[in-house]
Formats: sequence, structure tokens, C-alpha cells
Amino acid sequence: MTTIFGVPTQALFGQLLLGLINGSFYAILSLGLAIIFGLLNIINFAHGALYMMGAFVAWMLLTYLGLGYWWALGLAPLVVGVFGILLERLLIARLYKLDHLYGLLLTFGLALIIQGLFRNQYGVSGLPYAIPAELSGGQRLPFMFLPNYRAWVVVASLTVCLATWLVIEKTKLGAYLRAATENPTLVQAFGVNVPLFLTLTYGFGVALAGFAGVLAAPIYSVNPNMGADIIIVVFAVVVIGGMGSILGSVITGFGLGLVEGLTKVFYPEASATVIFVIMVLVLLVKPAGLFGRTA
Amino acid sequence: MNPPTAPLLALRGLQGWYGESHVLHGIDLDVRRGEVVTLLGRNGAGKTTTLRAIIGILAKRSGSITYDGVETIGMPSRSIARLGLGYVPEERGIFASLTVQENLMLPPKVKPGGMSVAEIHALFPNLKERAGSQGTKLSGGEQQMLAIGRILRTGAKLILLDEPTEGLAPVIVQQIGRTILKLKADGYTIVLVEQNFRFAQTLADRHYVVEQGRVVDMIPNADLDANIDKLHTYLGV
Repeated sequence: MTTIFGVPTQALFGQLLLGLINGSFYAILSLGLAIIFGLLNIINFAHGALYMMGAFVAWMLLTYLGLGYWWALGLAPLVVGVFGILLERLLIARLYKLDHLYGLLLTFGLALIIQGLFRNQYGVSGLPYAIPAELSGGQRLPFMFLPNYRAWVVVASLTVCLATWLVIEKTKLGAYLRAATENPTLVQAFGVNVPLFLTLTYGFGVALAGFAGVLAAPIYSVNPNMGADIIIVVFAVVVIGGMGSILGSVITGFGLGLVEGLTKVFYPEASATVIFVIMVLVLLVKPAGLFGRTA
Repeated sequence: MNPPTAPLLALRGLQGWYGESHVLHGIDLDVRRGEVVTLLGRNGAGKTTTLRAIIGILAKRSGSITYDGVETIGMPSRSIARLGLGYVPEERGIFASLTVQENLMLPPKVKPGGMSVAEIHALFPNLKERAGSQGTKLSGGEQQMLAIGRILRTGAKLILLDEPTEGLAPVIVQQIGRTILKLKADGYTIVLVEQNFRFAQTLADRHYVVEQGRVVDMIPNADLDANIDKLHTYLGV
């Protein structure tokens, strides 16, 4: 059997792939968090719950309406986005003038409520969601077996992250977003409806979480705790990448997924904590994060 | 539509606060269409705060501000800007995450008849040469040109200019002076906050002297030299 550093290549690439899959979710989720934090100054603790909601909406669309995966991929982010817009308008918008801490507490409370509602209705055992027929099966590569659906998750995540980055960096809309992130007061004084921008940005950020939820549904079982499980790691990713940095969150998301995968191969005992160890180290050396701007 | 004799901008009993701190104690002033009016006064007198109140970014304000007959005291700044006001802040407000061109194109058009990008580039050729640079990589003078240029695109007819010459080299100050005169000739109305009254004298029709949040005097430009001693006392120079 071929080995690298005494580890079978099969295991190495298998774990790297798993790391890449996890990284795909870290990247989309931390991207949404970064956009929301950058513009709204809200640390959106409800992000995990809305990711879970995306997976549940996919499951509901299939179960109650017979609408399959591809429908869900479009509709679930829309539903989650509209739900987010309502949350922002009704609750979060009232906190902009207060300390960060209030936004964090509010969204944390919202996360608990949303999770509680789903747990009450659907229990905690998890609901199955099948991989769409088009993406079942896999490719036998020389060094490993690559399931088609997992490849798709990586491609879809990369595409969405890249598209989001392009919109933010290269379009007029993105220029408004960047400018309003820097100096909302001045952008408003130019006649731009900044509050509307905040609402739509929150909606878009959580729609990304909803999208990630749909991608996750066939891999992890659809269950009310799936968001709570991942969001702590995602927050660590955001801190490492630098709060509010768009590209930083994407690169860090994928990078840390890979690091996690490698740790599983070489020192499995540390795989659950490696990201947090890195977070501590980064905070010690670069408190603003790897890609963060020092305020 | 107001009769042409009525002021384009009128402030009556304008009060303003930064948090708990009461900064403006009743500002009264008029700006007629096509005029260049300066606000003179010492640091901390309330000149910048007055501009911030006019454009609506001073959160707590009371009294009356009318623009072209429309009361704006309760309006959000985005709606005030849409009436045709353009604001050039003291700190210039160039966005670091935007290129020069993106900065120039950022403020939306609020009224028809704004300058084209080509006209702005003709006025400030540096902005064309450095269109792709990061906004804050420009020199101080270029940033000021960008801050003024991007407002000229919007069609705003009243321009609030907060200390446009602060910290700039004399040659740049002259260029900005020429620009203000050209804008005046084109029919723009300008409210200029300025520390340097010698510079203001070359541009303005009238000068309001602001002291401790009140207008304490109004000096027509023609009378400036006759009042020079008084002005020195006001400004403490």
C-alpha cells in the first residue's frame, strides 16, 4: 500500500476530502457572518439556527410539497432570507445604536428559540434526506473514491463564495456595501437608503446560511442541533480569519477544514480542538485575525 | 416654487447636540441662490456642526432648516441629500475599500444636470490618471478634489464644503479656489466653512461669524477689510 509520512494515501486523501467538505460549510457560513458583521456590526449568533432552518425547509419542501433537492437549493435560501429580513426589521434593527453585546444576546436568544421550535416539532433523532439521483454514486480515482455529491458540495460552495466576492468587489452594489461598511453616515448623506441596505444584507447573509443548510441536508442528517454543532467552530473560523474580512473568511474556512482533516490523520485526538488552538495562537499574535483590518 | 428673492437655504433658531453636549444655541442664517457664503469662527465654534445639521447627520437638532421652501429638520439625511444638497466633509470621507473611480461614481444622482465624468476629469485631471488607485492612496489635495468631484456628478445645486483647504499646499489651495469660483459662475450655491478668511475673501459674497454655537455677525465681503480688526478679535488671530 502507498503511504505518505507513514500514513496510507487512501486515509490521507479521505480525510483531506472530509476536511474540504467541512471547509466548504465553514466558508459559506463564515462568509455570511463576515458580511453581516462588516455592515451591521451584529455578531449573528442565529446563523447556525438559520443554517439548520435551511436544511429543514429543504426537507419540508420534499416531504409536504414533493419539491426535490434542486428546488430546495433555490427556494430554501429564499425562505430563510425572507425570514431573516423579518427578524432584522422587527428586532435587530432596534439594536444598531447599542453595544455589540446586545446584538449577540438577541441573536443568541433567537437561535435558542428557533432550535427549540424545531426540536419540539421534529425531535432530535434527525430526519433523512436523500442525495439527489443526479449526484449519487462516485468516481474511483487512483488514490481514493470520490462521492459525486461531496465533489458537488465543494464546487457549489466555491462557486457561491467566488460569486459573492465578485459582486462585493466588482459591482456598483458591492461598492455601496463596501462604502457603507466603512462609513454608513456619509453614504446615507449622499442620498443612499442605508437602512434598506442593512436589511437586504442581513437577508442575503442568512440566505447563504440557508443555502449551506440545503447542501448539508444529504450529508448530515437534518436535525435541530446541526446548527449549534457547527456554529461554534464557524465563529472560531471568523475570529481566525478576521471579523468582517470577506476573502479572509472564505480562505480561512477552507484552510481550517483542511487543517482539521490533516489533524484527524496525524493526531486524531486533537482534531476536535485544533481549530480552537489555532484561534488562541492567532489571537495572541494578530488580534485582528489573519486578514482583519486593525481598527 | 419660491420667488427668486427668497433664500434657498434658511436656518432659524437651529439648535444642535452631540449626545448630551449642547453645541448649537440658535443659528440663524440665509443663503441665497447662487451665493457663496462662508462660516467663519474659531475651532469648536459650531461651524462644522452647522453643516452636519444642514445635511441631517447631526442626530439631535431642532429649530428650522428650510431648503427651497422645504422644511428638513425632521428628515433623514438621505432624503435631504435627495433635495439637491451635496456634502463634502472636513475629513473628506474618501473610502479606502473603493478605487478612485468607484469613489467618484458612488454618490447617486439626486437631480438632473450634474457634471459628466469627462467634465470632472477635465476639472481635476489627477482623478483620471489615478482612476484605478485605492481612494486613500491619493495625496491630501487629490482626495479633496475627489471629495468635491464626486458631489458635482450628482446634480446637487447646494454644496456644503467643510474646510476644503485644510492642510493643503498653496498651489492646491489656489486650484480649489479656482474651482469654487467656476462653480459659482455655473450657478452653484455654496456654503463654505473656512478658517482662512484671506482665502474666503477671494470667493465669498458674505461671511457669517459663528461663536459658541450662535451667529454673532454677518459681514458682506465688500466690508471685510473695513471690519478687519473686529474679525481678528472674533477669530483670535
